Amino acid sequence: MSKRAVLELKVRNHPGTMSHVCGLFARRSYNMEGILCMPMADKKFSKIWLLVDEDKRLEQVILQTNKLIDVLAITEHAASHEIFEKLECFFNS
Amino acid sequence: MKISGAQLIIKLLERQGITQIAGMPGGANLPMYDALLDSDIKHVLVRHEQSAGFIAQGIARVTGKAAVCFASSGPAATNLITAIADAKLDSIPVVAITGQVPSAMLGTDAFQEIDTFGLMLPITKHNYLVHSIEELLEVIPEAFSIALSGRPGPVAIDIPKDIQNQMIDIQQWPEPGTAAPLAQPSSADIKQIKQMIESAQRPMLMVGAGVINADASEQLVQLAEQLDIPAVTTFLALSVFPHSHPLNMGMLGMHGTKATSIALEECDLLIGAGVRFDDRATGKISEFCPQASVIHIDIDKSEIGKLKIPTFAVNADIGSTLRELLQLMPSDNRIEWHARIQYLKAKHAIITPAHGRLSNPYCLLQQVAEIAGENTNVHTDVGQHQMWTAQVYPFNRPRQWSSSGGLGTMGYGLPAAIGSALAEPERMSLLFSGDGSILINIQELDTAVEHNLNLKIVLLNNRSLGLVRQQQTLFFKGNLSAINNRNAVNYAAVAQAMGASGFDLATAADPQATLQQALNTPGVVLINVPIDENEMVFPMVPPGAANKDLIEQQAC
Ligand SMILES: Cc1ncc(C[n+]2csc(CCOP(=O)(O)OP(=O)(O)O)c2C)c(N)n1
Ligand SMILES: [Mg+2]
Repeated sequence: MSKRAVLELKVRNHPGTMSHVCGLFARRSYNMEGILCMPMADKKFSKIWLLVDEDKRLEQVILQTNKLIDVLAITEHAASHEIFEKLECFFNS
Repeated sequence: MKISGAQLIIKLLERQGITQIAGMPGGANLPMYDALLDSDIKHVLVRHEQSAGFIAQGIARVTGKAAVCFASSGPAATNLITAIADAKLDSIPVVAITGQVPSAMLGTDAFQEIDTFGLMLPITKHNYLVHSIEELLEVIPEAFSIALSGRPGPVAIDIPKDIQNQMIDIQQWPEPGTAAPLAQPSSADIKQIKQMIESAQRPMLMVGAGVINADASEQLVQLAEQLDIPAVTTFLALSVFPHSHPLNMGMLGMHGTKATSIALEECDLLIGAGVRFDDRATGKISEFCPQASVIHIDIDKSEIGKLKIPTFAVNADIGSTLRELLQLMPSDNRIEWHARIQYLKAKHAIITPAHGRLSNPYCLLQQVAEIAGENTNVHTDVGQHQMWTAQVYPFNRPRQWSSSGGLGTMGYGLPAAIGSALAEPERMSLLFSGDGSILINIQELDTAVEHNLNLKIVLLNNRSLGLVRQQQTLFFKGNLSAINNRNAVNYAAVAQAMGASGFDLATAADPQATLQQALNTPGVVLINVPIDENEMVFPMVPPGAANKDLIEQQAC
């Protein structure tokens, strides 16, 4: 299995944001292994968590994602971030 | 003040300074067309929505301002797609506004319902499906701001019909959307560039359309002169340098001269200014500028390192960067390198045959340029005629050149030339087209005639899809497939039938005199010029090869 990274995106919460993010990954053929999205306490914003491949293209992925108008901030985490690990039980039953 | 959504849209466009809109009405945008009747905005009815997108591009490319096109839902919106995708690849600020079926019918496969949001998403800088009338107050100014900020690009707004019909009470107007301030270079950036230029023996500028977008052409030429640095330009940036400037080596890449290819092999510093290292420019990128350190200056951070890893990069406004360098760097003379460049330029120059016959594309282009003079905007379609124009046309001012680069869209030329004729009626709008390309949007002759535009079409008629024929000749053993070389259309007669003036140099007793007369005929003019079908564009770098492995001319 290739190395993974986790991206945490703060985005504008409105219909279409998910399409913009997923569309970008699809058309630039970047692998997206997992995605989680929920509104934040301030409903104007949402958080999107992405589980992605950590390869030499990751930096370009982040730069392209950053250009999306609805994406306000991106933080990169190591793949061991607990968000996807804690959810594993929901996906392995 | 109570107004409808449609009136609100038109009012917001007026406040953006929009004076002309190209488009076509249909069921889903009728309220907007009704509201247009009360506006001073001039509407230009197209005969195919693709042209609405290209007219907007034509306006935007010559003015640098954002331009607007309108289309209805369904087939009207899909017709826009090609022109919007074209604007995306060439970074042109176009705002496309489409009507959509009423909100309540979304998702029901209603008449002329199509997922315009989904279709526009991958080919725009940003796009919207408007969900409420209040949103318009935010979305429309923001769309202009996005289209114009940083690296420009198209924005699409899809507006359901019920929102156009809804009423709203407006107390206060939002500010019009404008370009956001650009990132500035740091003094450390400038110092580093200065130091790298000073320690280079053979620096070379690679000039891209980012320089035009930054309105920094003048500064760029000035810096080249001050530091005695030669320049190659990308296809889109051809008009940055006056054509005959001694430091201008012209276009690099697939149809660039051998001089550019040798000079790029030899240079030890490449300064990429507003470029994206497109494959048509660099050839096989791993062999591009093998000896050079690379400075990359671009406003789009994602372009830095995307294809060519720079030695040093500045993600900031190219205009400010150039101005600071101009201030900081003393003038320089690079006697050896300068002489080498002049030698290469002279040795590998593209030669215009002395016979002057108009069936030779270079002779034709030179003579048209001479007759038309400098007060022109020059457009092409896509094919050999486009590359010949790019190679030799004597441009003399930024934004004089308008052609589909990144997407290479046949059919671009006529509507784009209409756009520039509408935007700058005081200049002649000149279009070099091909017998293949012109047919793609030929219906717009009717539009051009309706507005009595100062538009001259020079049709390089080689009776074939020439660039395809060229590739088949060179790379497919001369097996010609589907190149339409039986084309017998009487283009001059077509033009006349559509109300334009048509000339045909095939039957002219004195072609030179007819050309002169045609270019001096007011209004919309089409001039059919027979070109030898065996003419090819040389040099040519085979697709995928390194620029140094170019084919100089046909081996017979
Ligand atoms: C919309 C579109 N379809 C197909 C092509 C592929 N193509 C590139 S050049 C060309 C031939 C153009 O013929 P013409 O306009 O006569 O120009 P010429 O090369 O003969 O000067 C074709 C078919 C394209 N660039 N755009
Ligand atoms: Mg042709």
